[in-house]
Amino acid sequence: MTATANTTTTTATAVAVPGPSAWATSRRLLGLLRPVRWRMLAAVAATCAFVALNVSAPKLLGDATDVVVDGVFGGTFNQQKLAALLLLVAVMYLGASVFSWVQGAVTATAVQRVGYRLRASVEGKLHRLPSAHFDEQRRGDVLSRATNDVDNISQALNQLLNQLILSVLMLLGALSMMLWLSPLLAAIALVTVPFSTAVTVLVARKSQTHFSEQWSTTGELNAHLEEYITGHEVLKAFGRQGMATETFTNSNDRLFRTSARAQYVSGAVQPLLVFVSNLNYIAVAVVGALQVTAGAMTIGGVQAFIQFSRLFSQPIGQIGGMLTLMQSCIASAERVFALLDAKEIPRDGTERAGAEQVGTDQAGPEGADPEGPAVAGGRVVFDAVTFGYNSGLPVVRDLSFTAEPGQTVAIVGHTGAGKTTMVNLLMRFYELDSGRITIDGVDIAGRGRDELRSMIGMVLQDAWVFTGSIRENIEYGRPGASDADILAAAEATLVDHFVRSLPDGYGTVLGNDGDSLSQGQRQLITIARAQLAGRSILVLDEATSSVDTRTEVQIRQAMQRLRQGRTSFVIAHRLSTVRDADLILVMDHGRIVEHGNHQQLLAANGPYSRLYDAQFSGREDALRAGESGQ
Amino acid sequence: MLPGMMMRLLAAHKPAVLAIVVLQLLQTTANLLLPTLNAAIIDDGIVAGNTDLILRLGGWMAGIAAVQVAAALAAGYFSANVAMKLGRQLRQELFAKVQALSSQEVGTFGVPSLVTRATNDVQQIQALAVLVFTMLVAAPAMGIGGIVLALNQDVVLSGIVVAIVPVLVLIMYLIVRRLVPLYREGQILIDRISRVLREQIIGANVIRAFVRQAHEARRFAVVNRELTRNNLQSALLVAGMLPLIMIVVNLSSVAVVWFGGHRIQAGDMRLGALTAFIAYILQILIAIMMAMYVLMTAPRAAACAERIQAVLDTRPAIADPAISRAGLPHAQRTAGGTVEFRDVTFAYPGAEAPVLDRISFTASPGTFTAIIGSTGSGKSTLLNLLPRFLDATSGEVLIGGHNVKSLPLHFLRNSMSLVPQRAYLFSGTVAENLRIAAPDASDQDLLRALRTAQAEDFVRELPDGLHAPVSQGGTNFSGGQRQRLCIARALLRDAPVYLFDDSLSALDYTTDARLRVALAPLTRRSTVIIVAERIATILDAGLILVLDKGRLVAQGTHSELMRTSTVYQEIAASQLALGGRV
Repeated sequence: MTATANTTTTTATAVAVPGPSAWATSRRLLGLLRPVRWRMLAAVAATCAFVALNVSAPKLLGDATDVVVDGVFGGTFNQQKLAALLLLVAVMYLGASVFSWVQGAVTATAVQRVGYRLRASVEGKLHRLPSAHFDEQRRGDVLSRATNDVDNISQALNQLLNQLILSVLMLLGALSMMLWLSPLLAAIALVTVPFSTAVTVLVARKSQTHFSEQWSTTGELNAHLEEYITGHEVLKAFGRQGMATETFTNSNDRLFRTSARAQYVSGAVQPLLVFVSNLNYIAVAVVGALQVTAGAMTIGGVQAFIQFSRLFSQPIGQIGGMLTLMQSCIASAERVFALLDAKEIPRDGTERAGAEQVGTDQAGPEGADPEGPAVAGGRVVFDAVTFGYNSGLPVVRDLSFTAEPGQTVAIVGHTGAGKTTMVNLLMRFYELDSGRITIDGVDIAGRGRDELRSMIGMVLQDAWVFTGSIRENIEYGRPGASDADILAAAEATLVDHFVRSLPDGYGTVLGNDGDSLSQGQRQLITIARAQLAGRSILVLDEATSSVDTRTEVQIRQAMQRLRQGRTSFVIAHRLSTVRDADLILVMDHGRIVEHGNHQQLLAANGPYSRLYDAQFSGREDALRAGESGQ
Repeated sequence: MLPGMMMRLLAAHKPAVLAIVVLQLLQTTANLLLPTLNAAIIDDGIVAGNTDLILRLGGWMAGIAAVQVAAALAAGYFSANVAMKLGRQLRQELFAKVQALSSQEVGTFGVPSLVTRATNDVQQIQALAVLVFTMLVAAPAMGIGGIVLALNQDVVLSGIVVAIVPVLVLIMYLIVRRLVPLYREGQILIDRISRVLREQIIGANVIRAFVRQAHEARRFAVVNRELTRNNLQSALLVAGMLPLIMIVVNLSSVAVVWFGGHRIQAGDMRLGALTAFIAYILQILIAIMMAMYVLMTAPRAAACAERIQAVLDTRPAIADPAISRAGLPHAQRTAGGTVEFRDVTFAYPGAEAPVLDRISFTASPGTFTAIIGSTGSGKSTLLNLLPRFLDATSGEVLIGGHNVKSLPLHFLRNSMSLVPQRAYLFSGTVAENLRIAAPDASDQDLLRALRTAQAEDFVRELPDGLHAPVSQGGTNFSGGQRQRLCIARALLRDAPVYLFDDSLSALDYTTDARLRVALAPLTRRSTVIIVAERIATILDAGLILVLDKGRLVAQGTHSELMRTSTVYQEIAASQLALGGRV
């Protein structure tokens, strides 16, 4: 699977090129803080108080030292003054700690809110992405964005906000105190600022690329893992773990290289800045000492100053150190934003109202009695419909037919003739290239998607169950359905039959894609779900393909009742349902080559009849022979 | 668990770790020397009014600062390298382990959790390693160095410094003790986030069809809120740590000036010592803050290490038998693929009823064996015993006369070719997917296999033919197309045994019929076992096994069974009812 690796590599490098986007991304990240701006303001206020106290305390401590020095040189040791000063310092330090705690707590709360929203918007986005997006993007990469990247952003934001505000304020506080104590020494300290900035900018430029690469490779690795673990049985069956390991190892190696480089390059900032600040410290110490000898400053003053210059250079070093976090955070944010910016299904005017309606979860004609014949089904018209998944390669060509209310329309044809595509179009999972589909005269493109789908019950070949109890999985069709209704639907579809043999019955939790059930049992659950939903139009796409025939015979009545009074579209290889259909469409290469009911089509002796004969010729006699021998 | 894991992984990087320790010690020493020289400037330079000495000491300080930056940069390089190597190794070990696990074992962890463990959890450990290298060596060195230098300046005053250490340790202990369970829960919540999202992606169409986006959003919000609450709790604990430590350290510097002042007055201490002491306290504070950084990361990494270790410690129930390489029965291939079940029972651990109950039969090469029975009767389970995806609870499964448990796994699996029930395809191209079965197959071979599998036509019609893209799981193909691609994949391998696990269900009857005709030559030289739903598919089978609730209720040919087996008659009748002409 080398080609896969290659394509992912190219996308990885494409993502890795940092552009002016790094700034745009940072701005957008800051934008995320908007909803929590008052909290952030409170945090800044607490930080200001903390810095003010933390900065003035060393000055007073310096004064206290001078009291001691006076004692040595002047002979009189003012114990009272020392005690008063130190008490004040102690109180100030206490206050500083309290404010520091307030700031930390407020920031943490704000950042967690941001993380929450970010995850929620990624999830919300999933529901607005076109189906085609999931065909192109690997699951594992999307998941990595929602977990690894968001996790990285909120961890980084938490530390950044905590320390960045603090560092900047400490910087300013220390600077003003230094200016007050000795403008000359302050000037020396300021000389280091351009150096520090230059170092930071140079390193940042180098490391951003590595960070982008690190996170995109993480996504890629996630995708490999997700895919190989999901398909591990196939790999085992064919003894191809070696191939999977090779692809994985390549990604793993690349992840190692990019993370090591990102870490190393960005990690170099701090030592370099410490060096600059040490040089500053030395300069202050030497010049300060010379000032004292010249009688321009006191020893206590120099001591306080040294402490300030430490306070001044420490935040510079910290800001540099935060570079690592900041860049890693931006790289992750770029990936999350890219997902959030992915092209969505075009909105339709009614979507808004539909969405709100959905919010109450009582959308659509769900109140319909699931058992009795439902609301009279709609009249569905396909009018010159053409569509292709890849443009220029139509899967369905110029398709026209009408399904009268309550009719059952069967769609037959060879695998790949375009049957499932018709379902995808009716459900508006994909949009038409040309032509139109109407329900009761209204173009479905003009209806809200949710409104449209609320009219249709669907059972697909790939039976989807989610982690939750069997009851919840059935109830999915009609939220809030009563136990009696759920049981009725389960009984009609023979779900009840096998659920009873499970130790936890309807409370049995399905995990791992429903692995504990057979494919056929999963299909029965999805049929029960549609039964419960009781929509006016029904789509059955190979709904019973994995259900064994004895069971199918048993649920046949239920299926018939399910279709009663509903406009139904049935795709099935087993011709039982097809036989009773009011209209059979025989498809070939995206076109309807024949239509009519069973008798008409057999009489026509066309493709349908050939299809039918292929299925039964010779077999039927054998089966009948057996039957008569019974 | 975490320390053990770290020690094991670091053992391979001893020289690099040694280099890091030495370099960190060097840079820490340099850092500590600077305030000492500063004290000398005050005591010997300022007090004596010696300008020369002040400048000379300044020069020394500059030299030391240069050594410090060089050492720190080199240490940073080695740290990044070793830490990321640890991560790489953990991921590799996890991946290797997961590949050896059976479906059931994978199921106990769940796919999303395994993926999280290999990425997010490993990242936490990596991050801890970076911090440990940069800080944990330097922090105690700075802390202890600060204490030693303080002792050197004035023993009595150092009592204050020594007294604060246990207080700080206690504070950290109390906080960390509460953090570990929180972080452990946090990682589980990330798993759950990932699981819900994965389900939403897989079931996107169903969710949309039932207009349950709002419900899904709420389902997600529940987990999201829990994760946020958990993260907030740990963040608040961490936020409390710094102020507590600051207050202890800062108050001790107040105490230093108070007691120091008195000692200076009494003539017990030199003036410079006071200034140096304040610097040392600051040094110790920084050291503690560094250690705190590590301690903030450690609980999460510890929780992650447990999770990773849990996977690594799983002993796959199905492992290679311990036999000598030389003893490989190479005659196997020629011996052919007779498959024999002798009194085989299979039950899931803890289950009351067995899935398969005392099954015995023989399937010989050149015959086509079919298994039929209702959903949940144990057909797939039976098939899964052959490639040892599962192991029989009792009884023997033999292939070519050898118990499957006595054969090396790769050898065993190489001797059969399987079409799984879930037609799973990997993202890539059609050709890449087919070559999973036979890496060296030519395009001609691929097309031949596709032709037999009745898949040539639709593959040829794809814009890129054999090189057409396949999305993950094969979702851009219809169910029937996917099954046929999986069949073609299996046919590419020349094996003595072919297994079709309900692989024809998504095919229309015409395709099914054509496929069986095309498969006929295969049946003549190999053992073919087909799990089927349709009687029409298996009319020609040399042996039909009828399974009902895990028991083999009848075996024989179609005509025999039509006479003798009630269950089989029922199945036949049901299909006639469903499919017969009116």
